[in-house]
Amino acid sequence: MLHPQVPGIMNILLNGQQKSFDAPISVAQLLQEMGLAERRVAVEVNHEIVPRSRHGDYQIQDNDRIEVVVAIGGG
Amino acid sequence: MTTSISKVKEIGERARPDKPLIVAGVEYRSRLLVGTGKYKDLDETRRAVEASGAQIVTVAIRRTNIGQSPGEPNLLDILPPDQYTILPNTAGCYTVDDAVRTCRLARELLNGHDLVKLEVLGDEKTLFPDIPQTLEAAEILIKDGFKVMVYTNDDPIVARRFEEMGCVAVMPLAAPIGSGLGIRNPYNIRFIVEAATVPILVDAGVGTASDAAIAMELGCDGVLMNTAIAKANNPIRMAAAMKKAVEAGREAYLAGRMARKQYGSPSSPVGGTFF
Repeated sequence: MLHPQVPGIMNILLNGQQKSFDAPISVAQLLQEMGLAERRVAVEVNHEIVPRSRHGDYQIQDNDRIEVVVAIGGG
Repeated sequence: MTTSISKVKEIGERARPDKPLIVAGVEYRSRLLVGTGKYKDLDETRRAVEASGAQIVTVAIRRTNIGQSPGEPNLLDILPPDQYTILPNTAGCYTVDDAVRTCRLARELLNGHDLVKLEVLGDEKTLFPDIPQTLEAAEILIKDGFKVMVYTNDDPIVARRFEEMGCVAVMPLAAPIGSGLGIRNPYNIRFIVEAATVPILVDAGVGTASDAAIAMELGCDGVLMNTAIAKANNPIRMAAAMKKAVEAGREAYLAGRMARKQYGSPSSPVGGTFF
């Protein structure tokens, strides 16, 4: 979703940890900040999947709960 | 759907034609599926998977480490999805919601790949599945287009329910996950196999090669294991042993074992002796 962005500090819950970022920030920019830009990850914002094709235009909102996951070893 | 006693009795006494293992429309040569957890490092994981000959490998979906170094190797780099069928599992999920979210994240992660292993656990001590929640999650996932391989207990009635609702494979446990206790109820596994028209794979509880062979001799279409290989003293060698055990068990099942007898029966002719 494209929401109008107000510059300022945004607080989000990223993988269960409180983080602050300068607004506006897209999912793609967030992954860049996390050093995950080239990695195979999946992103969920407030329990909804954000498809890879929309990482660039999906703007993160204040208080969003974001999960970034990968595949790891498991049975 | 009923299975008569006489039909069950025939198991192990008649040669059978081979049937390929087909899961969700894809044919597999290997009937051994392996997990990728509990290994020392990614190199050991890769070598064990190679030695096992497995074509389907399970993975877990977990949070990235925030601040992870970009050069850190990734599981999918050593097990490329174009060479292996990656089977994301919902291990560690205790609720319908957690399991469904995990599958949706996995599908996104794997570019729309929709084959998943569903497990919804009910108890931290035994890791036994929570069947009502597993049924509910399976229904949601199937409606959402997933192809569900479902981890369940060794209850034939529940196995039939999963098949009827459209799961592409039903995977009863041999014993609790990671216990290595072997097949604790071979009779139930046999009933499940007899009644099924989808692949039945023993998932969890195998401890060593003979356990895998027994699962296959019972007529299972495959075996899924992780700890038995990863926690062997030499995981690479155990992976190779498991590959042979699954193949041997399958051959024995197809060959049809001899009937059991209470007393001895000489292998050499009793006539023509000179003594």
